[in-house]
Amino acid sequence: MNLELVLILVVLTNLKLLGSSRLGSSIRTVGVQGLLLGLLPLVAGHDLTARVWLLAAGGAVIKGVMFPWMLMRALRDAEVRREVEPFVGMLTSILIGIVALGASFWLGHRLPLPRPAGSLLLVPVALSAILLGLFLIVSRRKAVSQVLGFLVMENGIYVFGVGVVQETSLLVELGVLLDVFVAVFVMGIIIFHISREFDHIDTDRLSMLRDWKP
Amino acid sequence: MMAFVHLLLALVLAPLLLGVINRAKALFAGRNGQPLLQLYYDLAKLLRKGAVYSRTTSGVFRAGPIAGLAAVVAALAIVPFAGTGAPVSFAGDLVLFAYLFGLMRFFTVIAALDTGSAFEGMGASREVQFAALAEPVLFLALAALARQAGSLSLTGILGAVTPAGPAWALVAVALLVVLLAENARIPVDDPNTHLELTMIHEVMVLDHGGPDFAFILYGAALKLWVLGALLVGVVLPGENILLSLVAMLALAVAVGVIESTMARLRLLRVPQLLVGAGALAALALILVMR
Amino acid sequence: MMIFALVLVPALAGVAAVALRHDRARRALLVLTALAHAGLTGAAWVVLPGPILGGWLALDAPARLFLSVTSMLFLAAAVYAVGYLAREPHGAEKDFEDGSLFTNAPEAVFTACLLWFLAAMTLVTASQHFGLLWVAIEATTLASAPLIYFHRHHRSLEATWKYLLICSVGIALALLGNFFLVVAASTPEAAPVPMVLGELTARARQLHGPWLKAAFVFLLVGYGTKMGLAPLHTWLPDAHSESPSVISALLSGALLNCAFLGILRAHQVCAAAGQAVFGQGLLVGFGLISMAVAAVFILGQADYKRLLAYSSVEHMGILALGIGLGGAATFGAMLHAVNHSLTKAALFLVAGNILAAYKTKSTADVRGVARLLPVSGVLWVAGFFAITGAPPFGPFLSEFTILKAALDQGRGAVAVAYLALLALVFIGMATVVLRMAQGESGRATQREPWLAVFPPAALAATVLVLGVYVPPALGRALQEAAQAVGGF
Repeated sequence: MNLELVLILVVLTNLKLLGSSRLGSSIRTVGVQGLLLGLLPLVAGHDLTARVWLLAAGGAVIKGVMFPWMLMRALRDAEVRREVEPFVGMLTSILIGIVALGASFWLGHRLPLPRPAGSLLLVPVALSAILLGLFLIVSRRKAVSQVLGFLVMENGIYVFGVGVVQETSLLVELGVLLDVFVAVFVMGIIIFHISREFDHIDTDRLSMLRDWKP
Repeated sequence: MMAFVHLLLALVLAPLLLGVINRAKALFAGRNGQPLLQLYYDLAKLLRKGAVYSRTTSGVFRAGPIAGLAAVVAALAIVPFAGTGAPVSFAGDLVLFAYLFGLMRFFTVIAALDTGSAFEGMGASREVQFAALAEPVLFLALAALARQAGSLSLTGILGAVTPAGPAWALVAVALLVVLLAENARIPVDDPNTHLELTMIHEVMVLDHGGPDFAFILYGAALKLWVLGALLVGVVLPGENILLSLVAMLALAVAVGVIESTMARLRLLRVPQLLVGAGALAALALILVMR
Repeated sequence: MMIFALVLVPALAGVAAVALRHDRARRALLVLTALAHAGLTGAAWVVLPGPILGGWLALDAPARLFLSVTSMLFLAAAVYAVGYLAREPHGAEKDFEDGSLFTNAPEAVFTACLLWFLAAMTLVTASQHFGLLWVAIEATTLASAPLIYFHRHHRSLEATWKYLLICSVGIALALLGNFFLVVAASTPEAAPVPMVLGELTARARQLHGPWLKAAFVFLLVGYGTKMGLAPLHTWLPDAHSESPSVISALLSGALLNCAFLGILRAHQVCAAAGQAVFGQGLLVGFGLISMAVAAVFILGQADYKRLLAYSSVEHMGILALGIGLGGAATFGAMLHAVNHSLTKAALFLVAGNILAAYKTKSTADVRGVARLLPVSGVLWVAGFFAITGAPPFGPFLSEFTILKAALDQGRGAVAVAYLALLALVFIGMATVVLRMAQGESGRATQREPWLAVFPPAALAATVLVLGVYVPPALGRALQEAAQAVGGF
């Protein structure tokens, strides 16, 4: 299991997210991505200390198991239609994904790391995940899809972090992991409340608060 | 010399591939199925029959099948097999390769439109839409391979394939999807259906009969062989002819298995499948280019 | 030791608040914790605590300044909250805007999250390590989201969702900025620089230029989202207007400052590495855009809490402008941070009183505040004059300092834009606030509860004093903070 293979699988999961139209399958894909990211510290070329193992195990459990479980529960409690319902169609999304991939590789080429990381793919894959995560947040209607976009973005930043961070700062990585965990936990609760208050989780229709009232 | 041996092998063995596919599907369904050589018998029967031409058609209708067959035989001459160079190879022949398929499709389509029936028009429009999406996928996959080999000729490309690494796997998957799309196989199109709503390729050849239909069937078999040879050349590069032949038969069985286990995709989803394959090919190209 | 206490006391009190059964005991715990925190902060001024955890936590000059403001605001908010919570009905109440029924969140959740909010903000001020700073700021977002959702109805839920998502995305970008900083600090020639502020500023010449600039941009955008700089401010009007006034006061007065501190730390590193000019250009740009956007939305604003929220956006723009101008303007920005926090908190608490009396947030329906609620009316008008920069209040001094620095640096265009936007905001707020205060309310004068009036009055009095006389100790602290950030 080398670094390049894991990174390419991460890109493939992102592409699958762009093209998938069912919320359940999207959540599972993000779970698979989380498991892959759990493997990342082990193959990234750090010395395999106990801290690294802890980070890998924690990452795999939290990102690969807990997040999908929490989101599936929020989805089930919300009792909404399990379709993604995006603003931008699937086809256009995949095309934008390809363009974003190309742009990330081009940018990655232009931003050489002063101290080279384990693989040349690291910076481009991280950038592409961040861009695609942002795109998912903007182009999807349902609140759960927006949380998935946020998770993809955090995954991209995590990939970048694992590649460049030194051993002592792995503690901070753990802190980041816990923060994201609590964030998703709170978001899950809010989604449940939204579904109860509004009978839908369509954030496009959450538009009561605005300044120009027609 | 070996190149012409391959040409001969292809011309003789192509209908066998379709027989193997049908047999595999039948076995999955629990039947015995048609004999393996059924297509040969069909071709022989059709060549002996006369043809009936509708009064609304013109010379285009009559020329269509023959022109299509000629195009695919020309494509056959460009594809190398089992490490032997192709009879015809020059820099840039991969573009010609892709466009020979386009030519074959063009003739099928105008022959279909020539009949003046709305039915054929519908099939033609669907087929062309899917082909328009499948062509960039083919080009991206070939571009990735070309970049890796440093050559723009199919002979050079397939001679320099390294069967390892993520880019290679992605290209193989993309080429498989192109094979299924171009040959009108499930999940893109159902070759056995004759229901109005669901036909794509079948509807265009509905009006041909006799020798014309024989040419069309034989051309379809050759097309399957050509694209299969390309895929086998990517997956199993090597000099062993016997191994490659076995791989072709295995590919036919694999197509049969895919057809038996999957349902045809909704028409809305087919572009998504093709663009998804395009994304994989684009990723392979990006990986090869850095 | 003291720093540990400053963070742990509110955190443990929050845990205790969940466990306590009786409302009175919980409210007493809230006020006691606020007093203890204020006491510890006061002690930190007298006896400066040393850095702990290998330099990861320390109270340098900007930290002490912002910590004191946070502590003072929390004390005022805690005292006000006791009266507020006592007045809130238990069980379902009618929403005054659309008549539907809603309930409040359990008081235990409210109090606990409030205390954890204080702990997180304290951690932000004391952090010297960029990673820890990030974790603390994200923790403040998570602790304050349930607070916004105290009144459980449609609008506050919408506001909470926007707040949570936009701020989390922004802070994720700040995390990327942190990692860029790590890259900038790890040059192949020497040992990597740890992410502690002191080390980074000491070895700033070693940092890789382009990556440092990229890091600053992402940290500015990320923490700027949390701070409310336009065009990243879209969550701010909704969150600050839909949450209870106590929470709005803390969000506007204390939380925005914490995000500002994050940007200040990044600016410190940039300035030490000689890249100050790059950062300052961006800050001036963001500052002026924020002021302009705020001015546009203040003119003709129909909701007085949204009005105050947009005023916060404007003042955050002024802070960014001050730091961006550099020199004497840095001192002005520090003083303005203090003044704005105190004034805005007072205004929000008074707005809470107005809301409780009139049961509407619409400016068109509120008339005669000066007659119905005498003390609140006076505070409302005084607060308006303070926040728009009229003498003799504190913000006048700080805004004037920034203006003078702009003119001294010869940046006439910036000064003209600054003055024009301040004038626009004054006009916009004047039409709303004065019309609300004057006129007849149609009801008899109400007696105002002491707990609801004393905190904003105390804060307003402090602002008045600061406008006339800056105590030498405070002046020295402001100087130190300005120098640390790179002014003078």
